[in-house]
Amino acid sequence: MTIDSAGASVADRVRAVVAAHRDDRGALLPILHDIQAEFGYIDQAVVPVLAEELNMSRADVHGVITFYSDFRSEPAGAATVRLCRAEACQSVGAERLVADAEQVFGVKLGQTTPDRSVTLQQVFCLGNCALGPAAEINGRPFGRVDRSRLIEILASRETGGAP
Amino acid sequence: MITVYVPRDSAARSVGADEVAVAIAREAALTGTEIRLVRNGSRGMLWLEPLVEVATDRGRIGYGPVSPDAVADLVAAGLFDGADHALCQGPVDDLQWMRDQQRLCFARVGVTDPLSTEDYEANGGLRGLRRAVGLDPADVVAEVTESGLRGRGGAGFPAGIKWKTVAETEGELKFVCCNADEGDSGTFADRMLMEGDPFCLIEGMTIAAHAVGATEGYIYLRSEYPDAVATMRRAIELAYERGWLGDRILGSDLRFDLHVRVGAGAYICGEETSMLESLEGKRGMVRSKPPIPAITGLFGKPTVVNNVLTLASVPAILSDGGSAYAELGVDRSRGTQVFQLAGNIARGGVFETAFGIPLGTLVNDYGGGTRSGRPVRAVQVGGPLGAYVPAEQLDLPTDYEAFAAAEAMLGHGGIVVFDDTVDMAAMARFAMEFCAEESCGKCTPCRVGAVRGVEVIDKITGGQDTEGNLALLNDLCELMTDGSLCAMGGLTPNPVRSALAHFPDDFTANRREAR
Ligand SMILES: Cc1cc2nc3c(=O)[nH]c(=O)nc-3n(C[C@H](O)[C@H](O)[C@H](O)COP(=O)(O)O)c2cc1C
Ligand code: SF4
Ligand code: FES
Repeated sequence: MTIDSAGASVADRVRAVVAAHRDDRGALLPILHDIQAEFGYIDQAVVPVLAEELNMSRADVHGVITFYSDFRSEPAGAATVRLCRAEACQSVGAERLVADAEQVFGVKLGQTTPDRSVTLQQVFCLGNCALGPAAEINGRPFGRVDRSRLIEILASRETGGAP
Repeated sequence: MITVYVPRDSAARSVGADEVAVAIAREAALTGTEIRLVRNGSRGMLWLEPLVEVATDRGRIGYGPVSPDAVADLVAAGLFDGADHALCQGPVDDLQWMRDQQRLCFARVGVTDPLSTEDYEANGGLRGLRRAVGLDPADVVAEVTESGLRGRGGAGFPAGIKWKTVAETEGELKFVCCNADEGDSGTFADRMLMEGDPFCLIEGMTIAAHAVGATEGYIYLRSEYPDAVATMRRAIELAYERGWLGDRILGSDLRFDLHVRVGAGAYICGEETSMLESLEGKRGMVRSKPPIPAITGLFGKPTVVNNVLTLASVPAILSDGGSAYAELGVDRSRGTQVFQLAGNIARGGVFETAFGIPLGTLVNDYGGGTRSGRPVRAVQVGGPLGAYVPAEQLDLPTDYEAFAAAEAMLGHGGIVVFDDTVDMAAMARFAMEFCAEESCGKCTPCRVGAVRGVEVIDKITGGQDTEGNLALLNDLCELMTDGSLCAMGGLTPNPVRSALAHFPDDFTANRREAR
């Protein structure tokens, strides 16, 4: 694959990530996590670079990326809201919270709002099953979440306050 | 100086512990009180979080649940002296919930500063490893075998037998892998241990390494647990600095290197062979067994794969002896189980006690019944692949064999409570939906069967040819049970069939209309 000038720097950054994991066994997952941390998502363009660097086929690299739900193929919104839909949270109203969130943000699970402020996702268990419904917003845990608390948390993020 | 504890556990953080810690530091400064603020793990009484504790000469006095807004008032009322207040719970160690437990695995969780090596040693840490490195590896394996310790990850396989196999398999390179994928709904004890007492897991893995002759270890930790990842990584750094990891551990000939690997959002990677594939940087496709991981494991090398709680139980077994551990429990379920009370429960959290305690004692006596205050209708034990137990069967004793006899599964000890508003047909449908979503796709009964299962349940609840579709669902469950390579497809029928058996009315259109 030919890489244009903008892509060249992407390729270099990808190579630097790979180099940082030279001594790690079977390092593809840590590499992919680092790439996603660096770029916010995993662009198709990194697949051939990784394949070459790691001596794998492109199909294999692609296969790994698509197997894991953590790896995104496009950037997420400013806030990633993950709502737990597993059994313990369902027992205290997780499905209602999901429906409320879809209504509040006007998107379905798995989608990003048109203004790119919020990406709404489902997750199966956040390990906070005694304080459900559980949510995670940009890596921060929240327990006993309902519609009004969700709105409050996001509003305080926008105004710069601690959520 | 006054020591104040505010948990750093992510469940406590999820209900405001960080803000409470900030408020306490601020009030201390305002009132000119010098305090030492320790961010401990959680005591496991999650309904009391954020639970603030103050060290006094009467012991540690607890206050909870404390909201950030309540802090100023609490301090004015004499929080730093352990004074009385509406939120005061008294000395934490005297609470019945704490007193009635037998905490071996969780002995230090919530008590110590999780990242203090001094606290760790002062509270019994490292005694097990010190003894182990002085023993012949075979004697360490024998001690674990004698304890009767069985895998806490779900299957309940005897740890000593697994270790013996790895120890007796020749190999220059062997691995110890900790399964910290904890994907089951209703389980959070692995997380709480890693956030609350990370050195205990490190110590357990190092003892395992010595016992089987391994030099390298991995903790496969799910990405949904960022706090546990950060705490484990920091603890590993500190352990290296102290000579608890690396070369010549505690001055012995033992060498062991330990790494954290973060998962990527796939439930199936908790299945041990899928986890090994993922650790090798591949798709998490389940491997056929044999060969077993103990002989042909990570990168084809002999590998111990154990759950967090299995490994974290080992230090106490080595320090106090396998026979002491085996004295606890019933029949073939020896020692203690870390039960997790979750879902619609008034007092949720972690309760560690000897096996055998009846399910209902945990749910109703300690757990206080439902959070909603409505009657308990069903309890799911053992995660999404575990059966639903109806309220009438809560006298079931918590041991592996008693559960198996009742066609249920103790699994990782997660207990999820539902009140009488639950729609059990919806829960059965969810079990199939979850399996369809999380199947690795290797075998047809699981991959296709789960998708069909959702469709068939929809037809049944929709009132379409109910008899015919119930028969079809039954056949489908049988096919999944018999024809799946691993327990994902093989056990998904558990929740479905138990829901059908105990709550048949939920599936029929008449009842649904009547609601
Ligand atoms: C679908 C599936 C998911 C599993 N998830 C986990 C898990 O998250 N954590 C775990 O320790 N074991 C899990 N197991 C069990 C492991 O395959 C394995 O039995 C366990 O890690 C062995 O450790 P133990 O003997 O100490 O329990 C899972 C099994 C299956 C079939
Ligand atoms: S039963 Fe399901 S998860 Fe297990 S190997 Fe088969 S397809 Fe994969
Ligand atoms: S089930 Fe929602 S956090 Fe565990």
